[in-house]
Amino acid sequence: MLVEEIMKKDVITLEPHHTIKQALELLNKYHIRHIPIVNEHHSVVGIISDRDIRDAAPSTLEKNQNQETLNHQVSSIMTSPVITVHPLDFIEEIASIFYEHEIACVPVTKDNQIVGIVTEKDLLYTLIQLTGIHEQSSQIEIKVPNKVGMLPEITQIIGERKINISSVFIYPYDQDRTQKIIVLRIQTMNPMPLIDQLKNRGYEVLWPNIPGLSP
Amino acid sequence: MICHSAFVYSNDFNQYKFREDHPFDQLRVTLTYELLKSAGTLTDDQVIPPRMATDEEIKTVHHPNYVDAVKRAGINQLTESEALEYGIGTEDTPIFPKMHEAASLLVGGTLSAVDAVLKNGFKHAVNLGGGLHHGFVRKASGFCVYNDAAIAIKYIRELTDYKVLYIDTDAHHGDGVQWIFYDDPNVCTLSIHETGRYLFPGTGTTNERGRLDGYGYSFNIPLDAFTEDESFLEVYKRSIKEIAEYFKPDIIITQNGADAHAYDPLTHLCSTMETYEIIPKLAHEIAHTYCDGRWIALGGGGYDMWRVVPRAWGQVWNIAAKSEILTGDLPQDWLKKWQEKSPVTLPNQWQDTDGIYKEIPRKPEITEKNRLSLEKSLQFITNQQKYM
Repeated sequence: MLVEEIMKKDVITLEPHHTIKQALELLNKYHIRHIPIVNEHHSVVGIISDRDIRDAAPSTLEKNQNQETLNHQVSSIMTSPVITVHPLDFIEEIASIFYEHEIACVPVTKDNQIVGIVTEKDLLYTLIQLTGIHEQSSQIEIKVPNKVGMLPEITQIIGERKINISSVFIYPYDQDRTQKIIVLRIQTMNPMPLIDQLKNRGYEVLWPNIPGLSP
Repeated sequence: MICHSAFVYSNDFNQYKFREDHPFDQLRVTLTYELLKSAGTLTDDQVIPPRMATDEEIKTVHHPNYVDAVKRAGINQLTESEALEYGIGTEDTPIFPKMHEAASLLVGGTLSAVDAVLKNGFKHAVNLGGGLHHGFVRKASGFCVYNDAAIAIKYIRELTDYKVLYIDTDAHHGDGVQWIFYDDPNVCTLSIHETGRYLFPGTGTTNERGRLDGYGYSFNIPLDAFTEDESFLEVYKRSIKEIAEYFKPDIIITQNGADAHAYDPLTHLCSTMETYEIIPKLAHEIAHTYCDGRWIALGGGGYDMWRVVPRAWGQVWNIAAKSEILTGDLPQDWLKKWQEKSPVTLPNQWQDTDGIYKEIPRKPEITEKNRLSLEKSLQFITNQQKYM
């Protein structure tokens, strides 16, 4: 999946000369946590987060708050240079950028101009969609030998039963690396006939897989 | 207490039949009807026939194109790709002849139940042929073509300004009804179900609370697999009482899916008949406390139709009619008639005996987890109480 498929295209931006107060108002109005700072050519020259602003804002514990600080320009507190991504980057790359740099937002630029933004929340949302949970479905987990052709064998059985598949995950089996677990979300309320069929064909169905209880 | 109650029934409910080996079988309703007749708690004057729902009534919830597709499916004039778009012709909801008419009768049954309570002076009405809670606006799913509960709620809201409390104790999340009224503050939904971790439809987490004006009017309590009576009932009792007190409904609709029973082949909960005695008992109490008795009880899931459903649904009616569950032996003539046809040995008592399932090793953890889900779900109400 590409960045351009999940990025938000309506980006709320400010220019370096805008005040911290204006930034604060935008954060509250749009319920956002990051504002890219762009110049007159829409190039990203900095970014500010709600934390940057909180650091700069007067403490709520002080009686006489000095509101003056809010009139500083955003350029005085913005982070620069900014880590950006391209619309054709893969979303996995954003995940590793967030992880490595411990940040939660990247502006998306093309020809040095801002065209979008992706936040931690967008990424998480996409991941949730990938699990297939947004469609009505049942989950089954099947343990298979780690070898060629196992997935098509299983999906063919499901296809023949006219059951639509919402999502597929495959991960290595912890206790035995010669095995893999295929996790399927399938659009049926009654997976029992399918499970019986899979068991008859010799597959091990781990369902429901609750430690201490035999399925 | 004897209440003036109506039992909606027709043998024609059995026309809603997908195919021979399909787990959803309306013979359950007939089995229940005959059990009650044999037990003497249901008399002919209490039985009212279901009416047909009109297309207009169905379209208060469902999209006209979907209704049209279901009609065409029933006369074999729907292409496969069209059918799959509407969720029909699948393993769950296969196409069968006259499926529109069969589904409309189930809806009509639930509307007859509404008529009985709102127009014809009954306190309670029971339609065990209804409760098809998975039906979506333009999609069939989970054995449900039309969502009779949702259509009935729309109908109630058209006839009156009543606030409707919908209580769904089916083992599967009551998603169809929840989403249809997700932004409506006059319809409060409570669903207690097995967690969607494995089980269809996968939704029903505690943070599904409604949206816009309807925020705070959807409650979900997912239960861990292998939950037993004690924990199920703890969750049920506390949630229904607190939600009723918070929402103050004018009418209650219960969906009485009986698939949380340990015998049920589709789910992993471990309830026994005890749960199915308390569920209607408390719903009945709440209806009298808040709604001047107005209570409509529907069927729903329940896939051990021989050993579980007739007894569980029978008790729903026993409570509605006489405020009492039955105990002791099941009627001999009923057992004799149906044992021949049943592939499993029928229980001969209303109550389950101990040891119908193997001991659950992680009971304390499951109980704790369910309690946490209950707290999380009710937090919205608890928080409000704190600040008032």
